[in-house]
Amino acid sequence: MHKEFLMGNEAIAFGALAAGVDLVAGYPGTPSSEVLETIAKHRNENTYVEWSVNEKAAMEVAAGAAYTGARALVTMKQVGLNVAADPLMSLEYVGVKGGMVVLVADDPGPISSQTEQDTRTFAQFSKLPCFDPSSAEEAYEMIGEAFELSEKYGTPVFLRPTTRVCHGYASVKIKDKDEYYINKPEGFVKDSSRWVIFPRLSYANHGRIEERNEQLSDVFSEYDKNIIIPGESGCRKGIAAGGISFTYALEAMKDTGLLKTFKVSTPFPFPEKKALEFLSGLDEVLCIEELDPVIERALTYVCGKYGLDVKIYGKLSHHIQAAGENTIDSVRAAINKLMGREEENYSPDTADMPPLPVRPPVLCAGCPHRASFYAVKQAMKGRKTIFCGDIGCYTLGNAKPLDMVDTCLCMGAGLGIAQGVGHIEPDTVCFAFVGDSTFFASAITGVVNAVYNRADMTLIVLDNSTTAMTGHQPHPGTGKTMMGEVVSKISIEAVLRGIGVTEVKTVDPLDLDAAVKCVKDTADLPGVKAIIFKSPCIAITKPAGKIHIDKDKCIGCGKCIREIGCPALSLEGKKAVADCSLCTGCGLCSKLCPTAAINGGEQNV
Amino acid sequence: MSENINIILCGVGGQGTVLASKLIAAAAMAKGMNVMSAETIGMAQRGGSVFSHVRIGNDIHSPMIAKGKADLIIGFEPGEAVRMLPYLKKDGQMIVSSRGVMPVTASLSGTGYDPAQMTEWLGKKLNNLMIIDTDKACRELGSAKVMNVLLLGAAVHSGALGLTEEEIAVALRKRLPEKLHELNMQALSYTRNNGQ
Repeated sequence: MHKEFLMGNEAIAFGALAAGVDLVAGYPGTPSSEVLETIAKHRNENTYVEWSVNEKAAMEVAAGAAYTGARALVTMKQVGLNVAADPLMSLEYVGVKGGMVVLVADDPGPISSQTEQDTRTFAQFSKLPCFDPSSAEEAYEMIGEAFELSEKYGTPVFLRPTTRVCHGYASVKIKDKDEYYINKPEGFVKDSSRWVIFPRLSYANHGRIEERNEQLSDVFSEYDKNIIIPGESGCRKGIAAGGISFTYALEAMKDTGLLKTFKVSTPFPFPEKKALEFLSGLDEVLCIEELDPVIERALTYVCGKYGLDVKIYGKLSHHIQAAGENTIDSVRAAINKLMGREEENYSPDTADMPPLPVRPPVLCAGCPHRASFYAVKQAMKGRKTIFCGDIGCYTLGNAKPLDMVDTCLCMGAGLGIAQGVGHIEPDTVCFAFVGDSTFFASAITGVVNAVYNRADMTLIVLDNSTTAMTGHQPHPGTGKTMMGEVVSKISIEAVLRGIGVTEVKTVDPLDLDAAVKCVKDTADLPGVKAIIFKSPCIAITKPAGKIHIDKDKCIGCGKCIREIGCPALSLEGKKAVADCSLCTGCGLCSKLCPTAAINGGEQNV
Repeated sequence: MSENINIILCGVGGQGTVLASKLIAAAAMAKGMNVMSAETIGMAQRGGSVFSHVRIGNDIHSPMIAKGKADLIIGFEPGEAVRMLPYLKKDGQMIVSSRGVMPVTASLSGTGYDPAQMTEWLGKKLNNLMIIDTDKACRELGSAKVMNVLLLGAAVHSGALGLTEEEIAVALRKRLPEKLHELNMQALSYTRNNGQ
């Protein structure tokens, strides 16, 4: 054992390696991505790691490995679980042979997600056991325990950290390489009565699953991470908490005094006997958790089932906020309210704080997406249009002044929405924007649907040769794998042509005139058309240079700033200035300048 | 309990807050102390508000710091320092760079914000405030890239960090390539030598 300062996701990765994980598959998504990346970096030669094309593929790859007796890990963010729900809901009935851990990172806030869904609720829905770590150190231990439980009971098991656990750092005690468990998969053994799902099998296994979960409730009541901390004597009020909220409660109780506390590390199956032990001697319990009121509902159920006269508070009783993250401050306020005490003010008085600068996330200076959006905007000026966006950096195209994202729902949805709008409003020019990684992950079926059903729309593929938003992971179009192999790139253009899209054009968006002309020429053609705007992400390429603004020529009209919203440009007095630490020399601004005051940059050299 | 040290570093993406927080963590860990930290990840594009919480001590459970509990705030940007002020404890120490970074929104609306107004307001609020003229210091040091280490040095010299210059220097030498050592050591000791 040795100590390292690790991010929660790194701790999970090392925990998986120490547990002898044989195969890891996943799809990038904040806050989960670093788990797979860390395993890829530190894996031994027998560990297979891949970024799958999407979460459904990853789940199936991991299931196959677990069928052989291998230990398999699949990683994703919470919305990714929706994509992988189909195989997982059936896998629940079939079960696994080797240990299989489904790591799903939830994102209370949400900080960088579409939804505040709770994987603990999904665990109840899918009847699969769920571990909920409260710290990096605990997550490290839990993933090994999850593998063991999975193998013992032949079921996939959830490990569900949240953002603050995934991205928090701590000094974590981890095993040395020679202490790692080595798994020896038996291999796949043919048995169609076990591996082929049929109604009869599902019926029989459903019964077994319900029995097993009752048994697991008892097992978890003995689990050493489901703990009861005694409170100050005589107090008949208690706290139940799980995940990061448990640590917030501990911090808050340094100020409020320690109450009897139940830490729920396995929200499903709920450790009922342990809960009874906790509830004994209490009149009121405050449940502190994020996302869904899972612990609150479970304790309310236990009280009803056993006829206990204990009041259970939490989100449902409005003692804890329904949405968003908890903080130590919000938890302390809730505990003080439970105790009927005034909340002390710890902060300096900031009532007269001057107005602060607003810093929303923006497309980077030099981002090719800015040029792509601007080209479409220019080409479609004055037309009735809809711009259906998608999930990725390019969602930021919604910000002013570009204002080029009219809808955004989930990965790949822009294609379907553009088709639906087009069928009802034939006079609207319908566009769907999708990134290159998202194209492979979930846009291809949308294109097939559009071609088959004779939709009238233009697909814009924003191809920056990487998965930029989540930290530059490779994908099928990049020609690289997580095993470090160089493979043939899957061509987006060839895929589109193969589906039957006859109008497919590839243009460099930074060549503004050509890009605008291409959109004008293409958008009014009948049927499904596609334009691939191809230009690499500025974070993976060397800058082309810097622009230079001729102060004598600049008339301070501000057009360059007003039109494209590049963070490198600002007005100083009556002149435009460029921040040289940000400018990549993409040259887009130089094309708009009415007095040709901006020089340099890619297209002008 | 009071032996815990809570530090918040805040600024704008790309200013080097993460490296500075890693150096603090490494130096504390080398002393055998327990460390937890949390930082902005994901949408932390260049130009967005970013923070790192660093906690050192044996009685810590959460990587996040509660409002009014930070012993020290290192503000890499005046507006961001003001934004984080609710986290500073009474009589806590603040170190702030005087150099403002304009947000894109200010450029768009034509309403810039005044960094001097921010430091002035902080001056009225706080007893323990060190305003570092980072423009002048970086000019003298010959590089704008060492602002993070410069501010870290100021935090050391304020006494609120609980770590010595040498302890940070050891972490720095481990973390950075050798050709950058000399410059960063000068940045680290700058506020000691220039009496700020």
